[in-house]
Amino acid sequence: MRGYSRPLMALGGLGLLCIALSVSIGSASLSLTDTLAVLTGSGTPLQQTLILELRLPRTLSAFATGGLLAVAGALMQVLLRNPLADPYILGLSGGAAVGALLAMLAGFAGVLVSGSAFAGAMLATLLVFGLAHGTGSWTPSRLLLTGVVVAAGWGAIITLILAMSPARQLPGMLYWLMGDLSHAGSPGAGLGLLALVCALVFPLGRSLNVLARGPLQAAALGVSVRPLEWLIYVLASVLTAAAVSMAGSIGFVGLVVPHMLRLVLGNDQRLILPACALAGGCLLVLADSLARVVIAPEQLPVGVITALLGVPTFLYLLYRSR
Amino acid sequence: MPGLHTDQLIIDIPGRADGTPLNLRIGAGEVWGVLGPNGVGKTTLLHTLSGLRAPRQGNVRLGDTALANLGRRAIARKLGVVFQDQQDGFPATALETALVGRHPWLSPWQMETAEDERIARDALGQLGVDHLSARLVNTLSGGERQRVAIATVLAQNPDTWLLDEPTNHLDLHHQVAVLQLLSEQARCGRSIFMCLHDLNLAARWCDHLLLLYPSGEACWGTTDTMLVPSALERLYGQKLITVEADGAPVFVPVKG
Repeated sequence: MRGYSRPLMALGGLGLLCIALSVSIGSASLSLTDTLAVLTGSGTPLQQTLILELRLPRTLSAFATGGLLAVAGALMQVLLRNPLADPYILGLSGGAAVGALLAMLAGFAGVLVSGSAFAGAMLATLLVFGLAHGTGSWTPSRLLLTGVVVAAGWGAIITLILAMSPARQLPGMLYWLMGDLSHAGSPGAGLGLLALVCALVFPLGRSLNVLARGPLQAAALGVSVRPLEWLIYVLASVLTAAAVSMAGSIGFVGLVVPHMLRLVLGNDQRLILPACALAGGCLLVLADSLARVVIAPEQLPVGVITALLGVPTFLYLLYRSR
Repeated sequence: MPGLHTDQLIIDIPGRADGTPLNLRIGAGEVWGVLGPNGVGKTTLLHTLSGLRAPRQGNVRLGDTALANLGRRAIARKLGVVFQDQQDGFPATALETALVGRHPWLSPWQMETAEDERIARDALGQLGVDHLSARLVNTLSGGERQRVAIATVLAQNPDTWLLDEPTNHLDLHHQVAVLQLLSEQARCGRSIFMCLHDLNLAARWCDHLLLLYPSGEACWGTTDTMLVPSALERLYGQKLITVEADGAPVFVPVKG
């Protein structure tokens, strides 16, 4: 009935453009034609290594991470009927960070750090949502306050771990804390998860639209509210945990992207969720490109850039909601 | 048999004694009004009848099936609810809001069809809010929002309507228009069950009344048997003057 394909095609095109841009810029710049040549299978071996083995995996990881965070944010906002909900603000990233840092402190690397971060994020989700739920329901103010307080607790534990860590481990830990894509690894799993969720969310979309009108109204219109709420909750936690375990704690993508898209595209979740996947990917690819070139050859942690975007957005939303 | 029935139903209001068990037979074509003072449990009763809240005792049947044995979707195809207040977490237009009423009739994979949109627009038209269809609901006045909420249930097209103070926020003309529309629905064989604050509207538009007393006592029956001035005075704890106008009793509170 309504045109979903045009905005999604436009965002998809934008995504490809962002990816092409991201793989062609960096400490050694390539022209767009060189990039295209490599992507179509020609180009010099040096260019091929640079793009296919170094920049492309990192760019695709950035895309997957951004998409996962944006979709997770949008799902949490529907669940809580509150546009301020975001995995970072609710302290999930803090739990993931504690998990990751503990693994690093124990001398693990790679998959074990990611796995530990994943466990930490899931634990943090359970803690925040469980405490905020209590015996009643998820009231927005109660949830935000619980999230903020629990995040402060995670912050204290992070400081403790940093204080106890040997100096040589500190740089790696700090980069992880600020969000860093240079150790993201292979993007396949993240992209697969993102595609899977978009496919899964489409048949749920209309129920989510109804749920956004409040649990009573949704139940009266034929939605099984409890099972749906639990499904969104688990889905949002898994997406956040997957994103955090790829790239460390990157804040505010889940807040900024759904908010901007809602202003332009309205509130139909069947359109907003896949659009979040694409636009979140674009945003993080661009932010990561910026992070690589601002003080090149040094790199900025990408979380700094998203936070600089996200904090004003959050304050604006809070200010406007009064 | 069609309609909504309760067997020995006691609604669950924490800290209150059981009171009179309700054995209601809300049949097709009937318009029921629930009267009672603030906090007596009218909304709780409505939520219990719609299956959104478990009763303390007894059960609610929709036709021949207990509500507890029906899925939410099956219930929503037969029973529509207009709540006392609507919350909108995210802004939606009046048309989108009315279209949500089609939800129980669509499978998860289906998009709303042109036919659904026609039904929703038609419902908005019947409530006189079609000119607002592109407006965001949170920018409408209280009365306009109330009419959009009623249009949503009209688009849902249930056999049984449960309404929590449907005349809330409405001006005099629209109160009459909404009650007229509900009577029209009843004439087509639907059951209407609504909480009302206005005794006089209930006296004129309802054919059955349920009186809920603060003590938990309840009595119900046809409107002419229920409108006993002494019973109503006890119900609200308010002296009333009864006059007759246009063939129906009119109750006016005594001043002071």
